[in-house]
Amino acid sequence: MTATAPNPVDELDRRRRFRMRRVRLPRAWRRPLAVIGLVVVAFWVLVVIFGPLIAPYDPIAQDSARYLPPSAEHLFGTDGVGRDVFSRVVSGARISLPVAVGLVALSLAIGSTVGAIAGYAGGVVDGVLMRIVDLFFSFPAIVLAMAVSAALGPSLLNAVAAIVVVSWPAYARVTRSLVLGLRDANYIQASRLLGASAGRALLRDIAPNVIGPILVVATLELGNAILLLSGLSFLGLGAVPPTPEWGAMVADGARAFYNYWVALFPGLAIFSVVLAFNFIGDALRDALDPRTERAVGNVEV
Amino acid sequence: MLMFVLRRLGASLLLVLGTTIVAFLLTSVLPGDALTARLGERAAANAELVAKLRAELGLDRPIWEQFFIYLGGLVRGDLGLSLQSNRPVTEDLAQFGPASAELALMATVIALVVGGGLGIVAALRNNTWIDNVLRAFSLGGVSVPLFWFALVATSIFSTTLRWFPSSGRLDAGVAAPPHVTGFFTIDALLAGDLPLFGQAFEHLILPALVLSAPMVGLLMRFTRASVLDVVGQEYVRAAEAKGLAPRTVVFGHVLRGALVPVITIVGTAFASLLAGTVLVEQIFAWPGIGSYAYRSATTLDLSAIVGVTIFVALVYIVVNFVTDVLYGAIDPRIRRA
Repeated sequence: MTATAPNPVDELDRRRRFRMRRVRLPRAWRRPLAVIGLVVVAFWVLVVIFGPLIAPYDPIAQDSARYLPPSAEHLFGTDGVGRDVFSRVVSGARISLPVAVGLVALSLAIGSTVGAIAGYAGGVVDGVLMRIVDLFFSFPAIVLAMAVSAALGPSLLNAVAAIVVVSWPAYARVTRSLVLGLRDANYIQASRLLGASAGRALLRDIAPNVIGPILVVATLELGNAILLLSGLSFLGLGAVPPTPEWGAMVADGARAFYNYWVALFPGLAIFSVVLAFNFIGDALRDALDPRTERAVGNVEV
Repeated sequence: MLMFVLRRLGASLLLVLGTTIVAFLLTSVLPGDALTARLGERAAANAELVAKLRAELGLDRPIWEQFFIYLGGLVRGDLGLSLQSNRPVTEDLAQFGPASAELALMATVIALVVGGGLGIVAALRNNTWIDNVLRAFSLGGVSVPLFWFALVATSIFSTTLRWFPSSGRLDAGVAAPPHVTGFFTIDALLAGDLPLFGQAFEHLILPALVLSAPMVGLLMRFTRASVLDVVGQEYVRAAEAKGLAPRTVVFGHVLRGALVPVITIVGTAFASLLAGTVLVEQIFAWPGIGSYAYRSATTLDLSAIVGVTIFVALVYIVVNFVTDVLYGAIDPRIRRA
């Protein structure tokens, strides 16, 4: 037995101290991963913009010896037909990133339109649209994408179409639940009473309040889109040779097992971009998700 | 409870019918010509031969009639003939399914242990550097391109270190254990063949580890959030306030409440595993559904593609149904929703 019993409130505080450290950290460093993510994405955006200036060689010219290991001349070595891997990784960024952004924008447009209509209309329309969304959700994305791009023939554009088919439902679900939550808000009813049409209510009154969470989903989906796209190309169902697409480059390297650099660097490029988008998306999700905030808040009371 | 189960079952059955329609339509409407793929360019130019094959495969009938014929077959457990193997698709699925299931289940076990464990640690060390490192780790899991990760893992652990074999389910030339479950590890144990079990396990572990990466990430994130949710609740504060040791609070109170919701995510995560098998099996030469799906897609084997798509969707629906019911059984609030 101890001589004096500790004050129970102090005791609780003592036990909880490890959870309270957050308060003392400067704001930005509370989310170091988001900072890293932003830096990496900024880096890749620069690579996309200045690609041709950075790449020392033509990405599809076969003008060096085959399978040269990394050296000062060929930073990432050369591949099986004598192309400079560094130049190919750099120009790969100009394919993967813009295509992924376009693909996500398209899925977002389709998905959030469907979701907004379902959420705002409610009733039968909602039921039917959401069952369709459920349906697409139960398909394995990559198998469906494989079927689509195999049937349409391998090309980057067909792979994009296939990925849009499997990725729009995510936006529909999020948008629907957000619109559903706002539909009966007082200010929306007021706007309706003033004679606003459904379209106006959705675009002018609801859209500004739901766009944030939808963009969070989009950030996270950017990573997924890049993974799926490179996965399909890896399987030979996406970009066709000699396009310097990262997934296709990893496939080239997979055939040359002992020349690790052919697959290593394009794979690292995919990994770093996807990771960066997920770092950013994760921080945004936490900032916007009241559930995680509440949990953290309670602990600190 | 019965009503809840029936309602979920009804929804699942509708979903199965829907997936069948979509999978069927998608592959019928798309312009890829399976006949050319099967016959080859020369024979495809021969109109008589093409017509004969079309009639034989029932491709000359209207699409809705084809669909009902297909659906009738499906109910009887007939998914049509695979063009590549010239066997019923169901036979192919029965052969390749267990290989994938063994891989996916092993990955799930790894993900539950690693992801769940690290998620708990991250929550208990909430907002410290440990939490941040673990968060980076979990995001790394969902971000890594599996086909590349598989390559890196084989070149490190198989080619260089020689710790694990790099391909197949058993060493070349070794006969499979007598078929009981189709899981080589379990079948070897049932046959009482320990060395064979060891070999099957050795072949299984590396692809399963690679495959588990995204699920580890998902489960970590979800477990962390779930534990944090519970930590903030009154009953945990009460337990702390009455002076229980921190360890008792964590294991007796927090984890009990926090791990139940984790069940729900396992269904969703399992689906991401099935998608991953396509890429991972490709590299480890694992003779499963993923490799089969890839071969079907590249040879335009339509009945196989539809079969695989329906099969995988079916697994997903069943897993989700089971997790829904489990969750409903544990948490009465879900039943009423």
